[in-house]
Amino acid sequence: MVDNKDRPGDVQPGQGAAEAGADSIDKGKRRTLIAWTGAAGAVAGIGVAAPFVMSMFPSARARAAGAPVEIDLGKLEPGMMITEEWRGKPVWILRRTDGMIERVPETDKLVADPDSRQPMQPDYARNELRSIKPDYLVLVGICTHLGCSPSPKLEVGEASGLGAGWSGGFFCPCHGSKFDLAGRVYKGAPAPSNLEVPPHTYLSDTRLLVGEDSKRS
Amino acid sequence: MGLLNSLLGWVDERFPLTSTWKQHLSEYYAPKNFNFWYFFGALSLLVLVIQIVSGIFLTMHYKPDAEQAFASVEYIMRDVSWGWLIRYIHSTGASMFFLVVYLHMFRALLYGSYRKPRELLWIVGMLIYMCLMAEAFFGYLLPWGQMSYWGAQVIVNLFAAVPFVGPDLAIWIRGDYVVSDATLNRFFAFHVIAVPLALLGLVAAHLVALHEVGSNNPDGIEIKKKKDPKTGIPLDGIPFHPYYTVKDMFGVTVFLAVFTAIVFFAPEMGGYFLEHNNFVPADPLKTPAHIAPVWYFTPFYSILRAVPPMFGSQFPGVLAMGASVIIMFLLPWLDRSPVKSIRYRGAVYKSALTLFVVVFILLGYLGTEPTNVWGQFGPWLGNADRATVVARIGTVVYFLFFVLMPWYTRIDRTSPEPERVTS
Repeated sequence: MVDNKDRPGDVQPGQGAAEAGADSIDKGKRRTLIAWTGAAGAVAGIGVAAPFVMSMFPSARARAAGAPVEIDLGKLEPGMMITEEWRGKPVWILRRTDGMIERVPETDKLVADPDSRQPMQPDYARNELRSIKPDYLVLVGICTHLGCSPSPKLEVGEASGLGAGWSGGFFCPCHGSKFDLAGRVYKGAPAPSNLEVPPHTYLSDTRLLVGEDSKRS
Repeated sequence: MGLLNSLLGWVDERFPLTSTWKQHLSEYYAPKNFNFWYFFGALSLLVLVIQIVSGIFLTMHYKPDAEQAFASVEYIMRDVSWGWLIRYIHSTGASMFFLVVYLHMFRALLYGSYRKPRELLWIVGMLIYMCLMAEAFFGYLLPWGQMSYWGAQVIVNLFAAVPFVGPDLAIWIRGDYVVSDATLNRFFAFHVIAVPLALLGLVAAHLVALHEVGSNNPDGIEIKKKKDPKTGIPLDGIPFHPYYTVKDMFGVTVFLAVFTAIVFFAPEMGGYFLEHNNFVPADPLKTPAHIAPVWYFTPFYSILRAVPPMFGSQFPGVLAMGASVIIMFLLPWLDRSPVKSIRYRGAVYKSALTLFVVVFILLGYLGTEPTNVWGQFGPWLGNADRATVVARIGTVVYFLFFVLMPWYTRIDRTSPEPERVTS
């Protein structure tokens, strides 16, 4: 093998030119060639990997399925909650009663982010009630802890199963996070932030579009 | 015999058959003092084969499609001839795989099998363990039950907690905005092709590394130091075949008796091997009341839950859970004891290891239960969940076992190792 003869002493001054050419190895050239080949191969490797990596992102069909959904609110009575689906996630629409609306400020001291400082809502829902209209609360029903879907516990006090002090809200059965009637997370819960308010807009008094901001705002 | 011998000679001239057989079996000299704990390496190889074979047959009937997956599993259970048996073998095999691997790893802790010169052997073993966790996680989504679905949801969302790139990373893993058909399909690909290939390669590397350095033994001394001057064979070594092949066959028989008893009489193992909620089809709009991973993940899950969110982020818990696995890679360098085996270690290491095992099992138990399982402390502790407080203490002890190891293994009062292996 040529490599084994790769010793400085191998090429004697008196040897023929052809023989010397076969035995003397230009190591610098070899290293350069290896470096360039390696670099070119790495670039090609990244180029080839890219389509495979990209193929794992949501497909055009999945992206299309993430389009906004229109929801009819005509039959939603005060105190009722419906669950709709947007991007495969549950979206809750709770029509709060006057009593519920009055109870939201009561929990200001109990929740971690009473003023909704974290960007868990569009700007138009960054208010005390975290909603566009005071009575309609629109939330993504996914716990901000690890993605479970909390259960509505709208009753007050012992009837809710969450103790006498409970003033209504949502309870995540996975890890015990609690949220109030504006989707704000209680202090000490595993969930780090309030429930997400999805982008939404009202097409009319009873027609809600979830997944898109208002064109006017 | 003449014909067979000449055939063997013909093969040997073209392929190292006899020499490989000798190198890895008939002339691989293992210490003669292997005990009970040395069954579990061979048994994990057996379970690997069981999982691959039963898995191939399940693949013939299973449909990796969100619309059909759950029904196809029910179809296997009810309509495919002996399908129930094959599926129960596979589901029991998953739990038994972790059981034997945990016992195999515990053996390494007992006898210092990860110590020099077996550091790489240990690292390859840890990689196998991580592959196994990935394999189990991907496989668990396939039945498309409620626990499959929400378990995957919780674990994938762990990646969403990574700062900056998290949400996009989670979408990339799922291939959708939620766990969906795209996720199921790719997890199927990982479960049946990608991870098993990696697993097989790593198992081969594990065996090659083992046979290069030689097996450790319950005395934790190197049998290669005392060789027969004439033959060069370790004085305390016996050929793996037939001595340990026969011993392992006995272990396999006992193991299979236990295995089949579970398959036939308790395949669900009271909800620990097959969780009750997984008999309900996945429903993306409804989370089960209580989500828990299968038992073999629960110690790490407990650690995840025990760490409170910091700086408005869930990431520290995720980091702690990752660290709880990664830290095991460092064992060869954390252990500074002059001896390897627990037989010659002092009370300090023995206590530390006992405490670690207790905490590991305790965390494992708590991970299967909701955080309010033991009720709450009074107002003096802010009404904290008792189980959460215990899990936090357990998490600290878990990490201290590793972090303090360089210190407590050095101050431990060890006794001298023998020159030759004992019985």
